[in-house]
Amino acid sequence: MSTPGPLILVVEDEPQMLRFLRASLTTHDYRLVEVETGQEALAQAAARSPDVILLDLGLPDLDGIEVTKRLREWTQIPIIVISARGQEEDKINALDAGADDYLTKPFSVGELLARIRVALRHTAAGIAGHEEPSFSLGELRVDLAQRQVFVADREIHLTPTEYKLLTTLIRYAGKVVTHRQLLKEVWGPPHVEQTQYLRVYMGQLRHKLEPDPARPRYLINEPGVGYRLKVR
Amino acid sequence: MTEARPDPDELLRRVEAEAKNGRGRLTIFFGAAPGVGKTFAMLEEAAFQRDVEDRDVVAGVVETHGRFETTTLLAGFERLPPRQLSYRGKTLTEFDLDAALARKPSLILVDELAHTNVEGSRHKKRWQDVEELLDAGIEVMTTVNVQHVESLNDVVAQITGVVVRETVPDSVLDAADEIKLIDLTPDELLERLREGKVYLPAQAERALDNFFKKGNLLALRELALRKTAERVDADMQAWRRAQGIEKTWAASDRLLVCISPSPHSAALLRTGRRIAAGLHAEWLAVNAETPRALPLPAADRARISANLRLAEQLGAETVSLSGQHAAAEVLRLARERNVTKILVGKPRARFRDRFGRSFVDQLILGSGDIDIYVTAGESQRVEIAPALPATAPRRQAGYAAAPLVAAATTALAFILFGRQHLADVAMTYLLGIVLVSMRFDFRAALAAAIVSVLAFNFFFLPPYLTFSIGDLRHVVTFGVMLLVAVVIAGLTQRVRDQAAAARSNERRTALLYAMSQEFARTLDTKTLALVAARQIEQVFESRAAVFLAGSAGGLEIVATPNFDEAGEPEQGVARWVFAHRREAGLGTSTLAGSKGYYLPLTASGPEPEVLGVLGIFPKDPERFNDPEQRRLAETFANQAAIALERARLAEQTERARVAIEAEQLRNTLLSSVSHDLRTPLAVMKGSASALIEDGVELPPATRKEYAGALLEETERLDRLVRDLLDMTRIESGAVRVRKDWQSIEEVLGAAFSRVESLLANREITTEIPGDLIAPFDNVLIEQVLVNLLENAAKYTPARTPIDVRAQQQGNEVVVEVADRGPGIPAAEQSRIFEKFHRGPSERTRGGVGLGLAICRAVVVAHGGRIWVADRAGGGAVFKFALPLDAKRPSPMLPELAERTENGAA
Repeated sequence: MSTPGPLILVVEDEPQMLRFLRASLTTHDYRLVEVETGQEALAQAAARSPDVILLDLGLPDLDGIEVTKRLREWTQIPIIVISARGQEEDKINALDAGADDYLTKPFSVGELLARIRVALRHTAAGIAGHEEPSFSLGELRVDLAQRQVFVADREIHLTPTEYKLLTTLIRYAGKVVTHRQLLKEVWGPPHVEQTQYLRVYMGQLRHKLEPDPARPRYLINEPGVGYRLKVR
Repeated sequence: MTEARPDPDELLRRVEAEAKNGRGRLTIFFGAAPGVGKTFAMLEEAAFQRDVEDRDVVAGVVETHGRFETTTLLAGFERLPPRQLSYRGKTLTEFDLDAALARKPSLILVDELAHTNVEGSRHKKRWQDVEELLDAGIEVMTTVNVQHVESLNDVVAQITGVVVRETVPDSVLDAADEIKLIDLTPDELLERLREGKVYLPAQAERALDNFFKKGNLLALRELALRKTAERVDADMQAWRRAQGIEKTWAASDRLLVCISPSPHSAALLRTGRRIAAGLHAEWLAVNAETPRALPLPAADRARISANLRLAEQLGAETVSLSGQHAAAEVLRLARERNVTKILVGKPRARFRDRFGRSFVDQLILGSGDIDIYVTAGESQRVEIAPALPATAPRRQAGYAAAPLVAAATTALAFILFGRQHLADVAMTYLLGIVLVSMRFDFRAALAAAIVSVLAFNFFFLPPYLTFSIGDLRHVVTFGVMLLVAVVIAGLTQRVRDQAAAARSNERRTALLYAMSQEFARTLDTKTLALVAARQIEQVFESRAAVFLAGSAGGLEIVATPNFDEAGEPEQGVARWVFAHRREAGLGTSTLAGSKGYYLPLTASGPEPEVLGVLGIFPKDPERFNDPEQRRLAETFANQAAIALERARLAEQTERARVAIEAEQLRNTLLSSVSHDLRTPLAVMKGSASALIEDGVELPPATRKEYAGALLEETERLDRLVRDLLDMTRIESGAVRVRKDWQSIEEVLGAAFSRVESLLANREITTEIPGDLIAPFDNVLIEQVLVNLLENAAKYTPARTPIDVRAQQQGNEVVVEVADRGPGIPAAEQSRIFEKFHRGPSERTRGGVGLGLAICRAVVVAHGGRIWVADRAGGGAVFKFALPLDAKRPSPMLPELAERTENGAA
């Protein structure tokens, strides 16, 4: 291999999990820095400048959320949080603290790789300094320059709010966006608690864009956490 | 020789004696009169115990009366400092019970057992202090003179003419482990007296002539000797029985004493006590009442309860009987209890007894083989329990009314009749007297009659305006007026008493009924205690609190709001009552200085347990001096204790039931979990080991097969663990339902995306209004939908369709998941939501039987319901309904301004 693969900082204290991550990631040409504590994670993130950080929420010393906060004080390295089911609260807190995405244990290798790819792509887009002029996903196509939305080549009329909601999700495509974050970006900081409005507009958006709104393909609801524009 | 047959009564007595083991020994130095040297003898014995037996001896209270020998002897003992009490401005000293209990010596000397404590002490009498010391396991030595023995009290009074009010119950003497008689001949005693060796307080010097007469001293000595002899005899018998020396047993005697409201009953009881003691018999005191047209006057009722209490102090068992024929009732009880002798007082000659048989006659006729003893009614000198005083203000009002009514009558008679119609004038006065009689008590009526007679004489009878009587005929008129007043007052008093009694009876019954009604509705002890406190507050016009026995041995106060009567000293009284199982506080002889009257709440049963203490804090502190009120309080306390016990038993049963259920659940859980965990693990281990096996190159198809199995079993295991965790979290209460208005369609979408792989190859139809929202916790409801969809996918044939529908129906949103599978048998439909219930097909597919139980728990937590029904055309339909109880969210946010749509980004 000529170019070295992306560097991933794995913060995980369980040996079995670590072993699984190591096996899955190295076979896909990622390089790993492995640490077991939050303090080490902070030190290694500064020393090695990894491309992505995989952060387990249950660490022996620092709270994963605390680690996220401290990292975000100085770096925008994508952080993917790994949590157990039933920790919705922690997930939201981590995401609001600046984490980019989350994975719920147990997860498959496919899911893990997809999340890492999304994170790396966002970094790349950030470095490139501009957003792509158009976005397409399955039958959905959004022309960001012309502000036009098409489903199966048929133009869909969106209200300003719906459009802003969609473009926000496109900006974070593939990543989960918390209710709070969406409300803040679309309606502004005073409305971050009014999730019911968000649901209404998301419903309208689903009905306009999804072939079967009850079984959505693009606009995925992550109960208790937020929404995700699915990319695959 | 046959072996000695143990007498069951005797065995019981011995068991009781053994139970006394934790109690301290009581030695009584017993004498015929003051001055015989009891205290000295006690000190000598104590000195022996201290020096030879090396015991820890403390002089609690010893009266030396300045005698030189006694003082010298006492000097060698550690003395307990007396307690200083201020009473009406004076500082008095008293035996310090708490200090003695805290000091806890091996042996304590407490002189003068019959002493009455200074007011403000815990107990009224010193013998009660001694009881508490004994209960604490401290050995006590004390002194008593024969005139202080309760059952001999009246005999002594007859002999000496001095009534002694400080008495010691016979039961205390009987319970003493040793009684030492300190004997001195009357001549020697009189000699000592002359030498000034016997202390007599100045005010008692007058009594010297009366009391210290040789005749008296002889009689007292005889009494003391006899009392001691009785005791020695009893000890002898006890010893013989314990040794099994006596081979045959005479049927032991039982004595029954009939008492009545008569003041003679107290004397009768003392006689009964002496006979019973002489016979070594158990005895009963019985009050037999026949239903009467009129209730007993309050004074009589007070006397009966005083007599019953005296009987208890004298060691009798007390029974109250009521029935149409008192004699028959008494005889029935006598036969039931194997009574051999009945003691009854000689009745007053009554007019009606000339026509029928008196109570005693009936008793004798029906007695059969029971001996009847009839004793003379004794002289009136016997102490009479005071009648309850009528309320003072009312009496004063009555006296005030008497002259007023007489004056009004005089004025009225003058206006109406002048001095012509004397008969009419007399009638007018009579009317006035009747009015006063009806309104006030007997004395007021008499006062009104006298004033009226005087006024009648003064104003209407010649010579006018003098009290002299011209015509003797008028004396008859006066007599009639007085008689009428007395008769009417008596009658109205009775009617009033009866009405008041009926009213208070009715009220009491109603309140008791109300309390038990409320008890019946209440299950836990705390609420019960609160109900009891509230009801008792109403009945006794008091504040009340229940001190419930806590698990850690403490008492927990349960009371109505704003209750602050029970400060630390009061709680101390409650603790005392709890520990000693006896009433105390206001109106009793123990800790009478408290603000409250305290009763133990004692459970019934062979080993009664004190469940708590009832404290009543009356507005009128005099209230519980009335034994009737105390009895009423006891009735309520009993009722409350019964209810508390019931509740406690119910709580225990419930705990036991829960424990059993938990045990069963654990067993089911263990068996199913261990099975369901092992199956996927076995497959996983097998597949993984096959994949990793060295030296074998598996064909790609086989490898994929193994990996597929591995993945599938992992997912199954994941679901299992998830269900178990969910159930545990829900049951432990760790899950909070966070209701929020949510879109049904949205949460269903999330659920579908989670079970996507399971639903592949199935036709899914959904019918959900896009704007259908309901208040629910979307994480939890998502789990419900996931479980229902998983079930539908697992238990119906592949490729059969699944339909999901949601709609608002009335005040709820109903969500349905319908399949075309085999359906759920009717018998299973109700049980399918139970924990660990597994349908027939589930057993083969390895579910734990938790999925639907979780669904139910979640839906119920939302205030909704979940059920399953047969689907028309085949299959099952699972439905759950969520209530739309919360307020709908306010109107929507306005659309963003148009400018953001085009161009100006």
